[in-house]
Amino acid sequence: MSFSPTRLRALLRKEFIQMRRDRVTFAMMLGVPIMQLLLFGYAINSDPRDMPTALVAPVQDRFSRSIAAALENSGYYRITHPAAGIAEAERLITRGEVSFVVTVPADFGRRMQQGDRPQILVEADGSDPSATSGAIAALARLAEGAFRRDLPAEPASGTPEIVTHRRYNPEGITQYNIVPGLLGVILQMTMVMMTAMALTREIERGTMENLLAMPATPAEIMIGKITPFLTVGAVQVLVILGAAWAIFDVPFVGSLGLLLAGVMVFVLALVLLGYLISTAARTQMQAMQIAIFVFLPSVLLSGFMFPFRGMPGWAQAIGEVLPVTHLLRLVRAVMLKGAGFADVVPQFAALSVMVAVLGALALLRFRRTLD
Amino acid sequence: MTGATAIDVSGLTKSFGGRTVVDDVALRVAGGEIAGFLGPNGSGKTTCIRMICGLLTPDAGSGTVLGLDVRRQQRQIRRQVGYMTQKFSFYEDLSIEENLAFVAGLYGLPRQAVRDTLEDLGLTSRKTQLAGSLSGGWKQRLALAACIMHQPRLLLLDEPTAGVDPMARRQFWDEIHARALGGMTVLVSTHYMDEAERCHRINYIAYGRLVVSGTVAEVIAGARLVTLTVQSARPGELAERLRKAPGVGQVEPFGTALHVTGTDRTRLEAALEAEGVTGHPVETSLEDVFIRLMELSEDNMR
Repeated sequence: MSFSPTRLRALLRKEFIQMRRDRVTFAMMLGVPIMQLLLFGYAINSDPRDMPTALVAPVQDRFSRSIAAALENSGYYRITHPAAGIAEAERLITRGEVSFVVTVPADFGRRMQQGDRPQILVEADGSDPSATSGAIAALARLAEGAFRRDLPAEPASGTPEIVTHRRYNPEGITQYNIVPGLLGVILQMTMVMMTAMALTREIERGTMENLLAMPATPAEIMIGKITPFLTVGAVQVLVILGAAWAIFDVPFVGSLGLLLAGVMVFVLALVLLGYLISTAARTQMQAMQIAIFVFLPSVLLSGFMFPFRGMPGWAQAIGEVLPVTHLLRLVRAVMLKGAGFADVVPQFAALSVMVAVLGALALLRFRRTLD
Repeated sequence: MTGATAIDVSGLTKSFGGRTVVDDVALRVAGGEIAGFLGPNGSGKTTCIRMICGLLTPDAGSGTVLGLDVRRQQRQIRRQVGYMTQKFSFYEDLSIEENLAFVAGLYGLPRQAVRDTLEDLGLTSRKTQLAGSLSGGWKQRLALAACIMHQPRLLLLDEPTAGVDPMARRQFWDEIHARALGGMTVLVSTHYMDEAERCHRINYIAYGRLVVSGTVAEVIAGARLVTLTVQSARPGELAERLRKAPGVGQVEPFGTALHVTGTDRTRLEAALEAEGVTGHPVETSLEDVFIRLMELSEDNMR
């Protein structure tokens, strides 16, 4: 048979009509590129600035104030806790509320005036090396130039020496950050996608009509659907953690029980998210597409791929409502920093709220009839 | 339950996206009766059945199913109704026994119910076979088993025998009649005339409206049609000409004979005379009646 433009036109027309009818695919085709463009263009900044910093300066004098000013002028540091105690600073960095703790010793001013080389200690949260590397590199320049200019030029003034200390990950090994992050991202990918098809599979195979005709309540159907996936999730967690420990030598300083508890709340949130998608999607294909749609921001805006603090406010706001963002904080805090339950209460709270909201939405969305 | 009304609904109306699929349908089915539900494709049979078993909420209309309010007591209705969907709707990746065990669990039946049902419907020998690998007849038997296991008082069957061989169909109908004798009420939709004739009463629906209901004899008599049979050496050509003749409704070939149906006997005989043939009266078939009803409904729609 020879090539027929008429046939081709008929085929093209049919394909375009079908594409237009499939609203979700159409929206994805337009939505995903726009979203990626916005994310890559504006949200992602691998050299974040204005990072929260606690200043531990037992003696608040013109020296400590000058140091604070110099740090802020560099653009990388924002002193959020200008007069922190040592214990408070320790807690802040464990919880991830600050990325840096700058300690100015009590005798700093005196030794400067004696023309000595007093030390300033800058402790960086090394659990996400890429987030802090820019700020640490800037310290060298500060020591040479900015400090000197900012510190009052007096006779016999000394030169401060800056000692940096990358906490939790002294060598700046990126796997320490990536591997725990992968735990969240891999779970997000598989859990949401699998559960998203739970109901649509029933609809596509025609079994939904029968299921609805029989006496099962929406809550029973939901729990019945998500429980097997919770089990699969638990197995995945053990495999990933085992691999992190055996293959990547990621240090594990915190409580395994606390970590597992947190991860399981996260997995519960994921399967409920998947189930919610399942109540909205009409076909398995649609469910898959929506799952990917949710997956993208989870990778890009959660602090997994790019430093969370490097993102603009709106992107951080989106990140805050993603379960994986809170999981990453929890895993880094527990695995790498040895945080206790009290330190990760906010993450547990956030994930629990998500579980409640997603579960309630899924039950509300569930259609008891075929209307 | 025999004697009391199993289904008594009126004014049932349902539209999807502005298109009225079921329009003001009233349906009464007595307890223990096998009621046939007939009508062309897309006439609203499935939608009606779904409203009766609580899977769809009617836009308008009211009534009772097994004495329960069709709009407000959908949950209770579902417990006492067995619904066999048009498309096979059990799990193809589960075995016969696993499917039945699942259904038994949802209805809170003991394990023994599964064994009894397997035995009752002759499924025991195949119980470990996956539902997806069953032939049409066996799938249908599994579906029937699953819908009657919980001893429903009302059985709704949506084209249960589509694509099933005559032997399996007969067994299926024997099973249905046995259940009806036991007091179960059955509403069954079908396209097969022989199946319609196995029903106690039939209800004919076209374009979302209930057109006629009654026993088969009543429906045929009510149509007031006359059918004559004509022998012809060249039935095809004769049929062509007769279809254009005045007073002739339907012309259906039956081998070398033609069944000519119309509303007026005199005009029908005149039409045959003009062709130089004579007809002998035969009983009008249910199919002729339905085709006539369909044409009438079409005219009404225009």
